[in-house]
Amino acid sequence: MSDAAGNAMLRVEDVSAGYDGFQALFGVSLEVNAGESVAVIGPNGAGKTTLLRAISKLIGVTGGDIAMEGRSLKSVPAHEVIGYGIAQVPENRRLFPRLTVAENLKMGGFLPSARARHDERLAYVYSLFPRMKERSGQLAGTLSGGEQQMCAIGRALMSGPKLLLLDEPSAGLAPVVVQSIFEMVKRICAEGYTVLIVEQNIRQVLKVVDRAYLLETGRIKQSGPSAQLLASDEIRKAYLGI
Amino acid sequence: MSEVFDIFLLESVLNGLLLGGLLALLSLGLNLIFGVIDVVWICYAELIMVGMYAVYYFHVVFGWPLLLAMLMGILIVAMAGAALHYFVIRPVLAAEPINQLLVTGGVLFFLQAAATLAFGIEFKNLGVTFPPIVVGDISFSMPRLIAFVTALAGMLGMYLFLTRTYIGTAIRAISQDRTIMPLMGVNPNRIFLVTSALGGGLAGLGACLLVLQYDIHPAIGLSFGPITFLICVLGGLGNMVGGFIAAFIFAQFISVGGFFFAIEWGYVIAFLFFIGMMFWRPQGLFTK
Ligand SMILES: Nc1ncnc2c1ncn2[C@@H]1O[C@H](COP(=O)(O)OP(=O)(O)O)[C@@H](O)[C@H]1O
Ligand SMILES: [Mg+2]
Repeated sequence: MSDAAGNAMLRVEDVSAGYDGFQALFGVSLEVNAGESVAVIGPNGAGKTTLLRAISKLIGVTGGDIAMEGRSLKSVPAHEVIGYGIAQVPENRRLFPRLTVAENLKMGGFLPSARARHDERLAYVYSLFPRMKERSGQLAGTLSGGEQQMCAIGRALMSGPKLLLLDEPSAGLAPVVVQSIFEMVKRICAEGYTVLIVEQNIRQVLKVVDRAYLLETGRIKQSGPSAQLLASDEIRKAYLGI
Repeated sequence: MSEVFDIFLLESVLNGLLLGGLLALLSLGLNLIFGVIDVVWICYAELIMVGMYAVYYFHVVFGWPLLLAMLMGILIVAMAGAALHYFVIRPVLAAEPINQLLVTGGVLFFLQAAATLAFGIEFKNLGVTFPPIVVGDISFSMPRLIAFVTALAGMLGMYLFLTRTYIGTAIRAISQDRTIMPLMGVNPNRIFLVTSALGGGLAGLGACLLVLQYDIHPAIGLSFGPITFLICVLGGLGNMVGGFIAAFIFAQFISVGGFFFAIEWGYVIAFLFFIGMMFWRPQGLFTK
């Protein structure tokens, strides 16, 4: 499944990245194949968010390369990454609090190519999340945590992406809501989107995705099918408390 | 006696209303820039001065029809706004606010000096006069009425632009969360440039309305720049609705205060009101 010679949808190769004088990622490599759902799991501060920022080019990549469908993103500015079919749902959702739900969704489809299909995609997002239709005129800042996550995912879907990057969609939500968030992720995968999801909620996310990578202090420590990681002694001891 | 008094008072209130519309338009541009880019264009009124000269030159010197000259004035100041952002603001976007303030302050003095050099210090005007409009015992100045109506139309246009279009929505979005805009495919630098051109365009529109009422000279910016800035602060810097309301409050202080005492006193009272407010609500009357 992995390492199929060069036809992965997303290929992250030996990537190093960080912030002003602080390196957060050390030669990270991973792949996501078309139609797959893949998780990057790891503790707080491991570099998961940094990895997604690097893929979206929000931060510079100091070493290695990232390629989408065989095309390198090396010299691609951040605002053009979405044109390659990569949409990100950022950590903490980051909706525009004083825009309405409908306006937030509209912003997700900002690209000229997406504008032409706005109505069709909006209908699709509303069919996935009927709650968003009910709340379309409400300011996003007044939504509940779970609704905000729906809105954030909907916003990313408005661009018609091939690959969806999700940064800790369950973080900061009540336990009952967390359950529904993972149901939501499952449905997104079933809709045919290729998904790369970052999570600290390891037990839950491994039930949803096909494969996962374990990231610790900026390095990939383990990888494999979800079932294999769930059964791994190291992960059970360190992260699942068994 | 008291009847005449009431009519003049009513006239001042109405004139204050007209002035409020104009001041609201002037403060809108400054607020837009601050709300979106987080930089105060201290030289905002000097951009208006440039616009006034532009209208004057195209109309009086080059003989263009007034409306066309005004359109040209708006266009020129819009481009000046974009240029101001590109060449002056962009390099200091990440700098301390005080440095950004000093840099636009530098532009203020540069524009004043350049205008003095290029146009001289003598007062210029369009030489157009309008008859006053008399309704019963009350008379209005036509340019003020034009300014009021046009300012309201300009603000309505801006409102529709900001709420109905993709770029307008992105302008509001970027003022709420700058760093994730690229995830939407939005190039923040481009939005800032468009916003600066819009802010300049509003200054240009303000110039067209002012040039109907006032003589032009290189230091004209000083007579309404500070008021515009204070109105923005009073309404909460960057808060466009707050600035709108504050403009009408301020205009009433000037107009009605001027009625009870003398014109100059109107300004004194308005500024005293401002200082008092800054003790009571330093964050502005209508904080975001
Ligand atoms: N904006 C930033 N500036 C400097 N250091 C940062 C910044 N964001 C994250 N870091 C550091 O980078 C490392 C990885 O952080 P992050 O990618 O957010 O981890 P995770 O998402 O796995 O919790 C941490 O040590 C964190 O302190
Ligand atoms: Mg994180």
